[in-house]
Amino acid sequence: MSLSSNKKEGILKFHKKSRLDRVYQIFIYVILTLFALACLYPLLYVFIYSVTPYAEYIENPMKMIPNSLDFTAYSKLLSFPLIYSGYRVTLIITFVGTLLNITLLCLTAYPLTKHDLKGRNIILGMITFTMFFNGGMIPNFYLIQNLHLYDSIWALILPGCLGAYNLILMKNFISQLPASLEESAYIDGANEFQVLWKIIIPLSKPAIATFVIFHMVSQWNSYFNAIIYTSSRKLWPLMLVLREMVVEASGTGLSNEAAAADMAYVNSFTLKMATIVVCVLPILCVYPFMQRYFTKGILVGSVKG
Amino acid sequence: METKSRFKSGCEYLKKKKNLYIMLVPAVLFFLVFHYAPMYGVLIAFKDFSFKKGIMGSAWIGLDNFIYMFHLDNFYMVFKNSLTLSFLRIVFTFPIPILLALFLNDIRSARYQKVIQTLFYLPHFVSWVVIGGILVNFLSPVDGVLNNIITMFGGEPVYFLAENKYFYPIILLSSIWKESGWGTIIYLAAITGISSELYEAARIDGANKFQCMRFITFPGIRSTVVTMLILRLGSVMNNGFEQIFVLQNTRNLAVSEVFETYTYRLGLLSGRYSFATTVGLFTAVINIILLLGSNWVARRLGEEGLF
Repeated sequence: MSLSSNKKEGILKFHKKSRLDRVYQIFIYVILTLFALACLYPLLYVFIYSVTPYAEYIENPMKMIPNSLDFTAYSKLLSFPLIYSGYRVTLIITFVGTLLNITLLCLTAYPLTKHDLKGRNIILGMITFTMFFNGGMIPNFYLIQNLHLYDSIWALILPGCLGAYNLILMKNFISQLPASLEESAYIDGANEFQVLWKIIIPLSKPAIATFVIFHMVSQWNSYFNAIIYTSSRKLWPLMLVLREMVVEASGTGLSNEAAAADMAYVNSFTLKMATIVVCVLPILCVYPFMQRYFTKGILVGSVKG
Repeated sequence: METKSRFKSGCEYLKKKKNLYIMLVPAVLFFLVFHYAPMYGVLIAFKDFSFKKGIMGSAWIGLDNFIYMFHLDNFYMVFKNSLTLSFLRIVFTFPIPILLALFLNDIRSARYQKVIQTLFYLPHFVSWVVIGGILVNFLSPVDGVLNNIITMFGGEPVYFLAENKYFYPIILLSSIWKESGWGTIIYLAAITGISSELYEAARIDGANKFQCMRFITFPGIRSTVVTMLILRLGSVMNNGFEQIFVLQNTRNLAVSEVFETYTYRLGLLSGRYSFATTVGLFTAVINIILLLGSNWVARRLGEEGLF
């Protein structure tokens, strides 16, 4: 990340470290290291105890190094049909939703960067207003009913497929691209769609990569829409399946009976840990890809605008 | 004559910019359908609404729902829970990303900084359901890790998620865990925007680390902090459905019921659509008042504000 580069020269000149500064340095290293470890620890724990025999866990829950590995929880999980349908639904809503999101994002952000476009401010104002005011749960529910989207997979894709905040970030990103390439393309007789496709989108790759990840993560992780807009279990995304298996199974009293019957044989701690791993691992695999583009992409847009 | 030529030039303008307007059509339609149609739907709050009759066909009841709401004890409980939790979030959760960003910026080894950032952003990718699953199992009174440790040392197991006094700490700590690292991004961006010449000049003048932080870094990120605070105040009535709902159970309902879960229970579980819309509208209006109010105060105090 680039933020350390401007400091480096400064540090060289900064030989005389006062004692206070040294104490401060030690302090921040300790604090940040502890926080970073705390970020990792629960996930590591879940992973380790998903492959540790339950008896070893009961014996010593803090050991973290299993004597023997046990993958039966995972093989048991494979015989659970809701996992498959959950995966299917989640994959569909993640990929279709992201594709739609990125298409709309590029298509809309580009014309909004044209300051001389008549009506631009009205549209921008209309979009910004949705960040601060929302009809609320019931009007949204009523809308989905009226559009005949209730209990269909589109109810999990369409309502959140474009957000005002990301749109404004994308607009800001495109605004700061050099105008010269675009202008010369227009002089060569290209139309707006061609410019968007051949010039703007290639230059916006870091921002697009960032938004792809944002949207994938939010689609993969969300369950709110599924709770209010669907009723059949075959439309349950992975997170709702996970909730049923891991959270509700602990007897909080909100669970439905059909699910409870399915649950009867999967009540062991290890199996729950394995379920969590199965649900979280795919989206964590996206993470390394993010590292490349992400800081560049998001930093530009987020510096206020 | 003049209007005609204006009309004509308007047409020409549209023709020239045709493609740009075509690009805007899908998004404008999207916002109209998925955001502005539900705004029209808030009329449900003022009607004796039923799905059969629709919004137009249902009878007006004026402010009856609002009057009923203000007489309901449950409403005040939910109001209190939502505000308490939001207030606690502003006090305990809000400053943490700022502090972490300031600290991160002072890490001298670029490589170590990167390693730490990598770990910091990780929890953001984990969903609330997963965090809920981890918490429910770690805190379980039967075989949870924490209770296993407590009993190992001879203590009595505690059912953390069923005791009211533990609910807010659990919510706050899990929020801090999930979003603090991610929240540093925006502040790091602001810090990166500060000119390095300022720091050099200060060092030549003999300023120490803390003076630099106090007189350069902090003023440099102040407008970002203010913006984030205004945005936070503009959603004071919201606590996020997904986090609360996953940790909520019948035993902790007295402290865990917030507006989002309350509207869900009222509207979609009990079918009291009009009243649930009323509660939703009430929270939205309070939020927007607080947003505009805090923005106005910020501008009065000489800050840039949001708009």
